[in-house]
Amino acid sequence: MTTSPTGAAPPSAAPVDKGERRRSGTRSRPLPGGRSLLGAIGAGCFLLIWEIVPRAGVVSPQYLPPASEVLATLGERLLVPGFWVAVGDTVAGWGLGLAISFVAAVVLGFLVGSVPVLRRFTSSTVEFLRPIPSVALIPLAILMYGTDIQSTLLLVVYASFWQIYIQVLYGVADVDPVAEQTAKSYGLGRLARIRYVVWPSALPYVLTGLRLGAAVALILAVTAQLTIGSPGLGQEISVAQSGGATTLVYALIVATGALGVIVNVGVRMLERRVLHWHTSVRSETAQ
Amino acid sequence: MLDVNGLQKIYGGGEREVEAVRDLTFRLEEGELSCLVGPSGCGKTTLLKCVAGLLRPTAGSVSLAGHAISGPPRDMAVVFQEYGRSLFSWLTVRGNVELPLKEKKLGKGRRDSLVNEALQAVGLADSAESYPWQLSGGMQQRVAIARAIAYEPRVLLMDEPFAAVDAQTRADLEDLIRGLWKRFAMTVLFITHDIDEAVYLGQRVLVLSSSPTVVQDDIAVDLPDERDQLSTRSDQRFTALRSLVYTEIQNAKNGPAAPSPAAP
Repeated sequence: MTTSPTGAAPPSAAPVDKGERRRSGTRSRPLPGGRSLLGAIGAGCFLLIWEIVPRAGVVSPQYLPPASEVLATLGERLLVPGFWVAVGDTVAGWGLGLAISFVAAVVLGFLVGSVPVLRRFTSSTVEFLRPIPSVALIPLAILMYGTDIQSTLLLVVYASFWQIYIQVLYGVADVDPVAEQTAKSYGLGRLARIRYVVWPSALPYVLTGLRLGAAVALILAVTAQLTIGSPGLGQEISVAQSGGATTLVYALIVATGALGVIVNVGVRMLERRVLHWHTSVRSETAQ
Repeated sequence: MLDVNGLQKIYGGGEREVEAVRDLTFRLEEGELSCLVGPSGCGKTTLLKCVAGLLRPTAGSVSLAGHAISGPPRDMAVVFQEYGRSLFSWLTVRGNVELPLKEKKLGKGRRDSLVNEALQAVGLADSAESYPWQLSGGMQQRVAIARAIAYEPRVLLMDEPFAAVDAQTRADLEDLIRGLWKRFAMTVLFITHDIDEAVYLGQRVLVLSSSPTVVQDDIAVDLPDERDQLSTRSDQRFTALRSLVYTEIQNAKNGPAAPSPAAP
């Protein structure tokens, strides 16, 4: 979690490329439910190994408690209202930060992306600012906002903004010239073309950016709570750590992981709904 | 009706200039169906884009019914070769045909009747709620044609529209275009690289020279108005016209441009 999450966007990131490859790779699968079944078996094996390793004494249970204990502790936590308050704080910081950066990135991305001069004018600055790790801004955030939610927001927004912004820039640049000329030849003005042609063309990129941004935003939300001490799951982990409650630390880490999975699945579902017409999604439904 | 006068288009600037079109002059009469053929790379598409108001000519002018064209005119529709990219895959067939009409600020009722009539005319009344990518290539090009028809253009420009469909579909679409042209009384400029197609479809075939492009020849197609894939194509006159156009294109390719006297 101390590594830089900001420079993660591959410069040539095409929308949904991974998804497309994986989906086409599964075309010859034998059973319709085969993939999720295999996944469940894999997860089961992972939990089993996690259970055996500390119990067999390969690793001291003090450092790695068995899976069953961790899950039991997590189960207990789920009944404690304070846990849900922490989850709520984390989700609030994540969601608010992501919303701010999404709106800003889409508006700025469309503006800068559709004016080539502006794009060239800003690109060197963007290339400089983008790789700055958000965590490097922690001291600045503390100086400016202390432990308020604003410091979390600063980190979350900074990290996720670039992910989305860069994708929007690619998306706006990827409008098919034939589609563009068709729209022009039918008298669609600039605004109408943005609404009916540029926006739908860029949408796969926008959603890829949202997915990347959402993951990074969660990482930074937890990081901020962990290091700055603003309320949330990160702070809970930090408290459990100082109390020496190893099992609880693991339980809370699993909780943040689960949150990450939920976020990712959620964005994927959104992608599938919004992009039902797009090649990456429709090849899957055509089976 | 549609006047192209001394049209020249040079791409780029400085040392890397490319002259796509040198000096084109021709006139299309109201309601005429003209085909334009020429060797590949002779600037057919450049010409079309200039006529459609999508490209600004370097010199010369294009005017529609006496008005100089400076942007895409309201009463002109274009059908592109790449139907898959020209149709919007995020809209249904109906949505695609209707979008330009929304921009024309037509009311809902009027839009619906135009869309339905156009889809009916191209034989796609049942596919209105499908997405273009659910249809075959030939059907997709029909959608693009329906979109053009619904726009109620006085001039229909077609840029090698059937180059990417199979031969059987192509024959059907050619007959469709002849039918629509008569039914909707449009002026049609049909660009193609296929000599047979040009002679079969057109009342007139304009032959372009190779680059730098001028009008090499202007051939009237004196075939009967009722055309049929079998009998027309085996007609002696058809064969003769085809040979004539073919020879002209060969001349255009080989000899340095020997401009014929300006078109009528």
